[in-house]
Amino acid sequence: MDGQLVSSHPLRRASGNLARRAVGDRVFQWLTLVMAVSVFVLIILIGYELAHGSHLALRKFGWRFLTSSNWDPVNEQYGALPFIFGTLVSSGLALAIAVPLSIATAVYLTEIAPHWLRQVLTLFIELLAAVPSVILGFWGMYIMVPFLSANVFPHLQKLLGFLPLFRGPSYGPCMLSGGIILAIMVVPIITSVSREILRSVPGLQREAAFALGATRWEVTRIAVLSYAKKGLFGAVILGLGRALGETMAVTMVIGNTPQIGASLLSPGYTMASAIANEFTEATTDVYLSALFELGLVLLGVTVLVNALAQLLLKTFAGRSVKPQN
Amino acid sequence: MIVGLVAGGCLLAQHVAVGQMLINGAGATFPYPLYSKWFDQYAKVDASVRFNYQSIGSGGGQKQILAQTVDFGASDGPMSDDNLAKAPGKILHIPTVAGAVVVTYNLLGQPKLKLDGPVVADIFLGKITKWNDARIAGLNPGVKLPDADLVVVHRSDGSGTSYIFTDYLSTVSKDWEATVGRNASVKWPTGLGAKGNEGVAGQVKNLPGSIGYVELAYAHQNKLPFAELKNAAGIFVTASLESVTEALATAKIPEDFRFSMVNAPGDKAYPIAGVTWLLVYEQQKDPAKGQKLVEFLNWSMTKGEDLAASLDYAPVPPSLKERVLARIKTIKY
Repeated sequence: MDGQLVSSHPLRRASGNLARRAVGDRVFQWLTLVMAVSVFVLIILIGYELAHGSHLALRKFGWRFLTSSNWDPVNEQYGALPFIFGTLVSSGLALAIAVPLSIATAVYLTEIAPHWLRQVLTLFIELLAAVPSVILGFWGMYIMVPFLSANVFPHLQKLLGFLPLFRGPSYGPCMLSGGIILAIMVVPIITSVSREILRSVPGLQREAAFALGATRWEVTRIAVLSYAKKGLFGAVILGLGRALGETMAVTMVIGNTPQIGASLLSPGYTMASAIANEFTEATTDVYLSALFELGLVLLGVTVLVNALAQLLLKTFAGRSVKPQN
Repeated sequence: MIVGLVAGGCLLAQHVAVGQMLINGAGATFPYPLYSKWFDQYAKVDASVRFNYQSIGSGGGQKQILAQTVDFGASDGPMSDDNLAKAPGKILHIPTVAGAVVVTYNLLGQPKLKLDGPVVADIFLGKITKWNDARIAGLNPGVKLPDADLVVVHRSDGSGTSYIFTDYLSTVSKDWEATVGRNASVKWPTGLGAKGNEGVAGQVKNLPGSIGYVELAYAHQNKLPFAELKNAAGIFVTASLESVTEALATAKIPEDFRFSMVNAPGDKAYPIAGVTWLLVYEQQKDPAKGQKLVEFLNWSMTKGEDLAASLDYAPVPPSLKERVLARIKTIKY
């Protein structure tokens, strides 16, 4: 009975709870730290495994791997330059097409569209993100590429054929087709994230701009877009990440020819496609090792591009955020 | 809850162990439909053993049998001397069925074309670039060939089909052998790369004036037009199960069964054909599994071969079958 009186005292109960909550808090902190560190450790492990698997090729080719254009499994000579070129160009093209489209869509969805339309459009954009890569690849190969090569590429060549970018014979599967299909895959990501970023811009910013006499477009440009520059850049980087690693859809429309050329209408080859295509039939150790090294280079390119992006972010976007005094 | 899960897991494991023996294999994708049917039918013959086959590609099959992670491997190309030297024991090549590779194309009116080895090699080397080239016209009198560009389509992924095709081109063209060579994956001098038989077929179908190569079974099932080829005897032959079996019967087959049957000498032989092998160790590690494996191999070379034709594979001719069965008898367990 005495014990009951003591433990039922509210203060006693509260301090007991506090002690339990402190332990709970520490466990929670520790658990989340472990989760965060494990992601970091996972990336390091992936890098280590790739390096370990590619040591044969690293030893045999050294820097030549990155500078040679000769990928010859019969004579065991492997040079990854065409693949690096293909990955960078197709991803660059994808961003060039997707970024204006996505940001414009995001701006429309947050600033201009009537409320009933926002839900519908958002649903369709998320549906596009849910389409599996292979399905998009089949659609690209059987529908998009024939359509483009019959209706779009001839006109492009007629109008812009004086540029080296659009010269040479075009057969449908080419760098531009690869860029377009990547753009289709990347648009939903950039749009969704940009929409969230733009939605989080405080209403006060817009009101302040209106108060200063800005027009609708100037409000969007000055108050919303510049405020959200950092976040929008982050959205673009997310999209770029997907574009760099995308495999199945690209391999079906890019023509899979390891060559470096100026024309966007000539076929190309990306690192991810090469690995996916050749991995299962790589019968010799050096071949397998060369493919591992290709994976390592892809990881390296991704990390490098991300690092460059962060650097750009710090240099340019940092200026627009003014500290509140 | 955890105790319940562990108990359930133990019961499940017990069920598999007591009920059936599991034999694992991995490798080539080309014969996979036939092997699946074999495993399915064999389960009715001997219910005490279950086969598990992963069609991860010939390269994977060779690697796994070398690493001894599977009980048998399968490959569309023979293992090289280097790879065989790496094996912990002697590996036997058991030829099971053969298939053909056909040259498919997209021309207005789908004319029936005749081609020969050197011309095909020069097309794929990029030396012949127009459909109305004199050499193609010479083989096809009476066919109206357009003044259009020849667009070559090849496989971008490594494959047994590419191995057989490049083996043929290396045999009929010194140029090809010197510059490109034979392998599941090569440095193609010209053309677009497409993934899988379906990729090549799709590309050729969508691109007028294109030419590519696919498996015979695939061409049959998808009703693709393909060319007649001039064989080593100088006769134009259409690819079919009969002409492939004829090629198998007339090919020179050495003791270790690692052979190439392209450009076989028979009159009715189709020149671009190849056999697929099962890879097993001569000395089996596990006596019980070894016995079951040998029983299955014997069944497949006798009853199993009868199922091949229905799935568009050419079975092994009697002369070779005798030799293979004799070789299977040498497997020790």
